[in-house]
Amino acid sequence: MNDYLVLMKSEWLITITIFLLLILKVRGEMRSDRLLSIAQVMLLIATIVGFLFNRYGRLFGSMYYTNPLIGFQKALLTLATYLISLLCADWFKKTQHLAEFFILMLTALLGMFLMISSGNLLMFYLSLELSTIPVAALANFDLEKRISSEAAMKMILSSAFSSGVLLFGISLFYGATGTISFSAMSNHLSGEPLQTLSFIFLFTAFAFKLSVVPFHLWTADVYEGSPIAVTSFLSVVSKSAFAFVFLIAIYKVFYPLEKTWYWLLVITSIATMVIGNLFAIRQQNMKRFLAYSSIAQVGFVLVGASAGMSSGTSSVVYFMLIYTFSNLAAFGVVSIISERSGKENMTDYKGLSRSNPFLSWVMALALFSLAGIPPTAGFFGKLFLLTAGASRENYWFIVIATLNMIISLYYYLRVVRSMFMEKNDNPIQSVAIERSVYFGLILCGVGIVVTGLFSWLYQYIVSLI
Amino acid sequence: MNLTALLVIPLLTALTILLLRRHHLVKWTALIGSIIQCLLCFVLVAAFRKEQITSPSDFMYFIQQFDWLPAWNISYKLGVDGISIAMIMLTAFVVLAGVLVSWNIEKMTREFYFLLILLSLGAHGFFLSLDLFMQFFFLEIAVIPKYLLIGIWGSGKKEYSANKLALMLMGGSALVLVGILALYFSSPDKTFDIVRLSEIHFSTRTQRIFFPFLFVGFGIFTALFPFHTWVPDGHSSAPTAGSMFLAGISMKLGSYGCLRVATFLMPEAARQYSPTIIVLSCIAILYGAFATMMQKDLKYMNAYSSISHCGFILLGIGMLTRTAIIGSVMQMVSHGLMTALFFAVIGMIYDRTHTRMINEMGGLMKMMPMISTAFFIAGLCSLGLPGLSGFAAEITVFIGSWQRTGLFYRTATIIACMSIVVTAVYILRAISQTLMGPLKNPAFGNIKDANWNERLAAVVLIAGIVLIGMAPYWLSELVRGGADIIAGRLMSK
Repeated sequence: MNDYLVLMKSEWLITITIFLLLILKVRGEMRSDRLLSIAQVMLLIATIVGFLFNRYGRLFGSMYYTNPLIGFQKALLTLATYLISLLCADWFKKTQHLAEFFILMLTALLGMFLMISSGNLLMFYLSLELSTIPVAALANFDLEKRISSEAAMKMILSSAFSSGVLLFGISLFYGATGTISFSAMSNHLSGEPLQTLSFIFLFTAFAFKLSVVPFHLWTADVYEGSPIAVTSFLSVVSKSAFAFVFLIAIYKVFYPLEKTWYWLLVITSIATMVIGNLFAIRQQNMKRFLAYSSIAQVGFVLVGASAGMSSGTSSVVYFMLIYTFSNLAAFGVVSIISERSGKENMTDYKGLSRSNPFLSWVMALALFSLAGIPPTAGFFGKLFLLTAGASRENYWFIVIATLNMIISLYYYLRVVRSMFMEKNDNPIQSVAIERSVYFGLILCGVGIVVTGLFSWLYQYIVSLI
Repeated sequence: MNLTALLVIPLLTALTILLLRRHHLVKWTALIGSIIQCLLCFVLVAAFRKEQITSPSDFMYFIQQFDWLPAWNISYKLGVDGISIAMIMLTAFVVLAGVLVSWNIEKMTREFYFLLILLSLGAHGFFLSLDLFMQFFFLEIAVIPKYLLIGIWGSGKKEYSANKLALMLMGGSALVLVGILALYFSSPDKTFDIVRLSEIHFSTRTQRIFFPFLFVGFGIFTALFPFHTWVPDGHSSAPTAGSMFLAGISMKLGSYGCLRVATFLMPEAARQYSPTIIVLSCIAILYGAFATMMQKDLKYMNAYSSISHCGFILLGIGMLTRTAIIGSVMQMVSHGLMTALFFAVIGMIYDRTHTRMINEMGGLMKMMPMISTAFFIAGLCSLGLPGLSGFAAEITVFIGSWQRTGLFYRTATIIACMSIVVTAVYILRAISQTLMGPLKNPAFGNIKDANWNERLAAVVLIAGIVLIGMAPYWLSELVRGGADIIAGRLMSK
């Protein structure tokens, strides 16, 4: 009994929060800022508890599996959700359906938890759907905007397609190996053509979720149309969750197919970096810009993932932690500015440093971290990914990746340039920052600076593997 | 001597500046911080001298080490030899002069000084670290401050120059990164430690493939032809202290990296690529000198002459003899001081006349004798007048180069020597057109001579130039030990 409580503590806490919000909503008139604080406090508790008491264990006949690393990953996802609840407070307070929004978002989070912990393909598929369908509803949350509905539609269609591909892959696997349990399956994998084919189907499904080129086409439109809270959730929480599952899949389940996935990773990673970067250069809308930049970031994640089990996992988990802080800080600033002034274009950001020095410095810090410039944590994150990737001594791959870092620096500097160096006749007015948003931005800023310099954090992640 | 102190002082200065609000407090903090740093450097030299007597053949002195990240075998490792001490001294002095010169900056004073001190932290860390990963960290830490300094406080087409500089330097570091990773994974015990790596003999194939990555990567920082194009734009758009740092220190980061990392760790490849390096540096020397002759803007003139002078540094490294390496390190120091002085003086002139065009000036000597004298000294040092540091450094490079026998090396040396004539032409012409003659523009009739801070900055730099020029033995003795070890590794089969 105790096992069910301790091993599934993150799931329990999120479920309790969901029901709490549901009951409060049904009971009647509760002010939305009160609801928001309750949700924030519950998420904070879940984050802190998530980092503690993590141990090994299996439940439900190996359907559910957890270990300290998985516990850490779940805590990371909760942390990101907590930060989103802080940073998008402006938007949350305006919306009519705050409780519903959080119930949907937390359900998706719950789905991701179960997905990371899943011990066989069926459980994996079910939890993946649990994490996808609420997000599609979330994308439609700006009810009065057409672009939001369009985003939801695109999201639903592409998710449905990727689910179809995934299911097809799963059934082929069952045909090829006679089992759907992860632990049993790896013994049956021999690399015969049918297995390779079904692995490619599975890989495709992941590629959709991680928006790996050539399955990235939905990303920019969905990111642009959705409310910023949803965009940040998609680009940080959902992406991290799928990256974590992907690592488990390739290292623990499909390691006999290493040759196949290594080359798949190399090819898709190069394509993702190059296309993400080249498209990001052309973007004017900040949300689309961040969408393409996050596509390019996934390309770097794949560089790290292409290494072996231990260095691959540690560098990717570490990078995702840093990426959470950096990307959320950037989205946080975009969210405040878009809420208060309605402006989302890069040209509107000209001269921002004069009217809003704090926001511009946070944004600059976040962008430098995304570009991988020291002393921000992004430098260490990127560098460890590249070092992990280089461990296979495939240096031309690393050369391409470093060249892409230069391209990405170019477009991140574009934003910095318009904030700090260019003049604007009609600048964004000075924006009053709410306390919780301020706190969230400071948290992200501290995370960006501190995560990199404190090496024990990386060492801790390594010790979990 | 605890080397960490040399990193802690700039770090504390930068953090204190970040907390202060009043402008004059910010300035004084920066000034006091950089003075303490200079004093520490003298302590370091004294301690080094003493240590050298007790253990003369050590590779590195005052080594400090702790494991920063055991998972990747990255350690925080500091250590110095004569070469790095020379570079650290140079950095401390140029930063002190830079702080003094920017005394009157009004736009975002706090941010300006914070970035300037962050730059100096990066440079100090780079010269001190013995771990390639750390070194790379400090190399890159300087990219963003440079970008912001040029972009926010610069002049002219500053956005373009800032972008070009940041991207080209980032490109350089990207190449360096690949080289570092290759060294790391080719070493048997997977280490970033320079001392450990210097005991390993890498296979010829590894060296041949990855030497260009490291050399070109660092070379971009030091204006290796044909990757010098960021130099003129970057230097001329930067604010005065920014140009001083860029030309005085930042370019030396590259040449120090070429020497310490590329050449030292891959000696066999260095021997193989030596002719290529020599050809490229001769092109840079000649091209830089001739391009300087055509410049009408003082800052552009000095930027192009920096390309030419940095060519001597690379020529010295490429020649691979002990004397040439000593000469090239001396040239690093000498050029750092000289070009910093040049940019400081140009900044002072610009503040007063609001022009940098040579043909719009004339007769300035009458109005500001102090600044003009400093300009004169910088010019004479640049053209290699005996008694100033430029002569001592260049003659050492030439003697070292002449030691390589063979038609090719002799020709290269002669070509490099000839460029001094060109240097004399442009320096003397610039001096005569700006300082001599009657006062051209009556508006310049009421400009004032240097303030206390500008005088102090000039004196600090001139003292260095004259000291090295009068007693070059002092500097060459300092770097000899380090150069011996590098040359010894280059000559061994």
